[in-house]
Amino acid sequence: MMVDIKIRKRLHGARGEMELFVNLTLSAGSFTALTGPSGSGKSTLLRILAGLESADGEIKVSQKRWLANNKSLPPQQRDVGLLFQDYALFEHMSVRQNLLFVQKDPALADALLESTGLSELANRRPAYLSGGQKQRVALCRALMRRPKLLLLDEPFSALDPAMRLTLQHEILKLHREFGTTTLMVSHDPAEIYRMAQRVIRLENGKITADGTPGDVLLKRSGSQKFSFEGEVLEIQKRDAVYVAVVAIGQQIVEVVTDTRTAKTLQIGQQVTVATKAFAPVIITE
Amino acid sequence: MSSIAWTPFWLSFKLAFVTTAVLFLLALPLAWWLAQTRTRLKPFLEALVSLPIVLPPSVLGFYLLWAFAPDSPLGAFLKERLGLELVFSFPGLVVASVIYSFPFMLQPLQSGFESLNRHMLEAAYVAGKTGWQTLLFVALPNIKPALLSALIVTFAHTVGEFGVVLMVGGSIPGETKVASVAIYEYVEIMDYKNAHIYSAIMVGISFVVLTAVYLFNRHHRRRLGGA
Repeated sequence: MMVDIKIRKRLHGARGEMELFVNLTLSAGSFTALTGPSGSGKSTLLRILAGLESADGEIKVSQKRWLANNKSLPPQQRDVGLLFQDYALFEHMSVRQNLLFVQKDPALADALLESTGLSELANRRPAYLSGGQKQRVALCRALMRRPKLLLLDEPFSALDPAMRLTLQHEILKLHREFGTTTLMVSHDPAEIYRMAQRVIRLENGKITADGTPGDVLLKRSGSQKFSFEGEVLEIQKRDAVYVAVVAIGQQIVEVVTDTRTAKTLQIGQQVTVATKAFAPVIITE
Repeated sequence: MSSIAWTPFWLSFKLAFVTTAVLFLLALPLAWWLAQTRTRLKPFLEALVSLPIVLPPSVLGFYLLWAFAPDSPLGAFLKERLGLELVFSFPGLVVASVIYSFPFMLQPLQSGFESLNRHMLEAAYVAGKTGWQTLLFVALPNIKPALLSALIVTFAHTVGEFGVVLMVGGSIPGETKVASVAIYEYVEIMDYKNAHIYSAIMVGISFVVLTAVYLFNRHHRRRLGGA
């Protein structure tokens, strides 16, 4: 299902006014990741695609116009599945009822529950589920209408790393099984690399990068082959040298630096930790 | 001890029941709409429907009496076109009670709807459900405690009504003489014995009804797992 998106919308973000302008075509059955700093319009783009927010422009999904000349198809009439960051399950219904409320298709509901390992929990209410389980229910629910377009809004942000990995596989599996065109908001390069064929970076409402995960995510500026983005947590003086404590992803590392660089560093600053002269070595235990 | 006339109690509870039912149907869509709208008129509408909380019952009663009177434009219209006489009649009491108790039904429902996770409602829309389906099958079941307190407070408030009822309904036995009015009349003619009996019965019934409600509420909360 090809998805043609050509939209613009004025947004009043935390950093003042900005214009969301997206011109994009998603090929049928593709898995695309949408990344970029928070407040750049990623979630808004998903909401516009789902019909939950208005926009100017055009959205065409396999010849059917979802949005054209200010005529917008309501969310009810779009073949779309949306996975909310906070899952947004129907709290008063059991897991199974959550799925059947969307579509009275017990066979599909049971198959989905089976393939995500939820069969045992079918009669539980969401309040009694863990984060990962809720996430699975939300995913199954989003697939109950067999959507053409599947939208995932930071689906793993509230989960621990092991659970992320399992669910990433499940999402990929279902994406293939259902043949959906999938668009996923994510901040995690590893996750994007693992799942997506294409990455789009959105900054201040504009697309600033569009390519394969390798092209967009691997940094190849200058001679730096081995570099990480991090945040300075502390600068310590030890004897003659300065040591910067930097958070890189889930890890905290110490980096020795000269006095001149140390003077310019500020706590909370975003920096790149890189090595130029030496080839990095991977050590396994 | 002379036998007790139960009619005033029956009238009080009939009035409360009818008022609560009518108000539920009227306030539900309005509360749903108010909880979601971004119109600038919202504060004015909210102030308008909240007026009965602030106004003395006599003010409301006076206006209603004036509006319902057969020689007023509204009263004349109702009488000629619909054959309705709202002054000193049971239907009049219902209309007056509906207006008087409106905020007590509306506010718990509205704040219940406002406290719902917006994404949950949007999930229903994306799942193809209409606004009405979402209201009935998603929103309402998730605000059960608020719904229950709206129904109970409205019911209780109507049973406990006095000023508006007296002004609009007067005291016609079997038609508009509700329990609170009956007690007032006993006190007025210094029949303290009957005033005592009636008052005690009111306290007893009200206590039993409220206890039943709170028991149900507690049971329900446990069942939902505190969610």
